[in-house]
Amino acid sequence: MSLQAFLLLAVALLAVGLYGALSQQSIVMIMMGLELMVNAVIVAGAAFWFYVSPAEPDGQVVVLVAVTLMAVEMAMGFAVAIAIFRSGEIDMTDMAAELKD
Amino acid sequence: MVTVSIFSGVIFWVCAVGAVVTGVAVFRVDSMARATFALLASFVFAATPLLLLGLSYLGVLVVLMMIMEMVVMAVFMIMLMMNPAGLMPMTMVHNQRGSLLIAGGTFAVLGTGVFLVDWPQRRGEPAPDVTFALGEALMGSHMLVMLVIGLGLFATIVSSVVLAHPRGRYDRFGDDLKGRPADDPIRGSIG
Repeated sequence: MSLQAFLLLAVALLAVGLYGALSQQSIVMIMMGLELMVNAVIVAGAAFWFYVSPAEPDGQVVVLVAVTLMAVEMAMGFAVAIAIFRSGEIDMTDMAAELKD
Repeated sequence: MVTVSIFSGVIFWVCAVGAVVTGVAVFRVDSMARATFALLASFVFAATPLLLLGLSYLGVLVVLMMIMEMVVMAVFMIMLMMNPAGLMPMTMVHNQRGSLLIAGGTFAVLGTGVFLVDWPQRRGEPAPDVTFALGEALMGSHMLVMLVIGLGLFATIVSSVVLAHPRGRYDRFGDDLKGRPADDPIRGSIG
């Protein structure tokens, strides 16, 4: 285990999440991609804390913020998904194109 | 000591590969319920390295939170989304080639950077009780972070309820909010 190994894991998770967020059409699947990207931040934050500055708890605070961000993203994402589904049975991003017309 | 370090190295790599493989599986499986649980597996695999670093509180927090989140997500899948059970093949993607190129490019650039950048040397040792140190920081020098997190979560609760509510005050009282009595399907101010 080293800082590089942890960061490589974080980069791989970020890339997988980015692919999902860009390619998926279903709103919930896009949220899954975003979650994977935030998870990469969690892994990288913990690795920086341990391998760069373990005496200060700053890296742990970053991890806590990322975890909170994940909860907020999830709650707001579901609320928006419910609202947009109610307005027009929309569950895919390509169907939500009113602003385009 | 060497055995312990080899052992934790093996666990780390197993979990790292597991996290990425299950992360990829999220976008490859046919059923959305399966995708949800693949994502849960990915989070649990990714939280194990946190435990290896000694972050027992944050690692367990991530695992517990993800279990709850993914169970909620599975309910949403079955409620709203098509093909939750995976009874037929499902691909709902657009611009797959472009997405693959962008994601692959990001991985290549950042992955190269991981090995080329001269990372700073490790300074200091972890506190004897890292969870206590985190709590002390949040209630002391990093109080602003705690305040922002608390306010943010409260704002999330309010706005998610407002967004998800089927009949708001404009539906009940009209656009100028002056309609009395409220236009409710059932009288008695209950909806």
